[in-house]
Amino acid sequence: MSTHHIHVTINGKPYEADVESRLLFVHLLRENLNMTGTHIGCDTTSCGACTVIFNGKPVKSCTVLAVQADGAEVRTVEGLAQNGKLSPVQEGFHEKHGLQCGFCTPGMLMTSVALLEQNPHPTEDEIRHGISGNLCRCTGYMNIVKAVQYAADKMAEG
Amino acid sequence: MIPPSFDYVAPLTLPDAVAALGQYENAKILAGGQSLIPLMRFRLASPAVLVDINRVEGLSYINEDKGWLKIGSMTRESTVDHSPLVREKYSLLADTAKVISDPIVRNMGTVGGNLANGDPGNDHPATMLAYGADVVAVGPNGERVIPITSFFLGLYESALAPNEILTEVRIPASKPRSGGAYLKLERKVGDFATAAVAAQVELDAKGKFKSVGIGLTNVGLTAIKATVAEDFLKGKAASDDNIRQAAQLAADAAQPIADVRGSEDYKRALVKTYTVRALRIAVERAKGG
Repeated sequence: MSTHHIHVTINGKPYEADVESRLLFVHLLRENLNMTGTHIGCDTTSCGACTVIFNGKPVKSCTVLAVQADGAEVRTVEGLAQNGKLSPVQEGFHEKHGLQCGFCTPGMLMTSVALLEQNPHPTEDEIRHGISGNLCRCTGYMNIVKAVQYAADKMAEG
Repeated sequence: MIPPSFDYVAPLTLPDAVAALGQYENAKILAGGQSLIPLMRFRLASPAVLVDINRVEGLSYINEDKGWLKIGSMTRESTVDHSPLVREKYSLLADTAKVISDPIVRNMGTVGGNLANGDPGNDHPATMLAYGADVVAVGPNGERVIPITSFFLGLYESALAPNEILTEVRIPASKPRSGGAYLKLERKVGDFATAAVAAQVELDAKGKFKSVGIGLTNVGLTAIKATVAEDFLKGKAASDDNIRQAAQLAADAAQPIADVRGSEDYKRALVKTYTVRALRIAVERAKGG
């Protein structure tokens, strides 16, 4: 066993932690730093509920070691709303009923944010392809696609 | 699920990484981690030390050089997927990158890891067999080049020594009148293939097969190179009748086992159908330039 001292920036704020090699990044978030917005779903790298944006790209935080995050810039669902105002993607999920139970939502939001950063005007097909690593067992994706489209339109308005 | 305890080192240079592998007993390389970390969480793998090569400089690139397309082993699958060069000239590789696991996993997963893992369910092995690729490995005695046909030794077993690191994959540079395709049946995005077929062809000026590569995913202990089917097509016209006969030979080469994804017969039939379709697309692409 080895313990490592890491520095990681989460939602623009610097954090330091002593982590065991085997600590998963999602556990660092939820248990050490009390950021429970990121969910653990399948624990098998399938569902995407734990998706965070890691150095600019969405990754499954159950499949990254906390020690690997040393020096990384990470964004989680906690960083989306600013001053109590929902981000365009969050607003889209609210307006278009892009969730039912809400369990997959933090991961869906982070994937959608990254998708729109790469491709501000995705087609429906590109949205469906883009979120294909995130599973929703309630809504059947129709409203999630509409929510991302809403956010794309909203962001285009500026 | 939490992996068993292990030590972790993150060398910054290739020589340091090779040295670390030699220094510790039961050390494993951590590349993208998208297979290894789940295996460790399930406690199916329990290395004593992880040598994380994510911080080693110079292992992520895609470029054409001296008759090869060279891909650094730590190149992420998403980088391959979005590479204009790959999309324009390496259709088989472009098809493959698109269907590896899911888009989130592809942001971490690496080309080198996909090969070195030695999993017949991974997608690059069949593709690299169809291309006739070479693999470059670096160890304490320097670099060596391993033809892909001698790379996969068995289930999760490759020709890499425990203290060697896969650094590069080399695909023969795209030629005129060549094309390829990768067709994969998966139950859902992110699942391993029920079966998949990689096809790469080069036609001569008369439209006959000059060279043919066919690789099969997840229908044996390793990815399979369907050499009998390849040899059958060489020098023959790119006709549908010849393609159908070759597809039967490819299906004969498959060694599937029955599992949750289907019976042996089903998988063999799938290999046949997908070989026909992959070869048809490859030929169309070769003709289309």
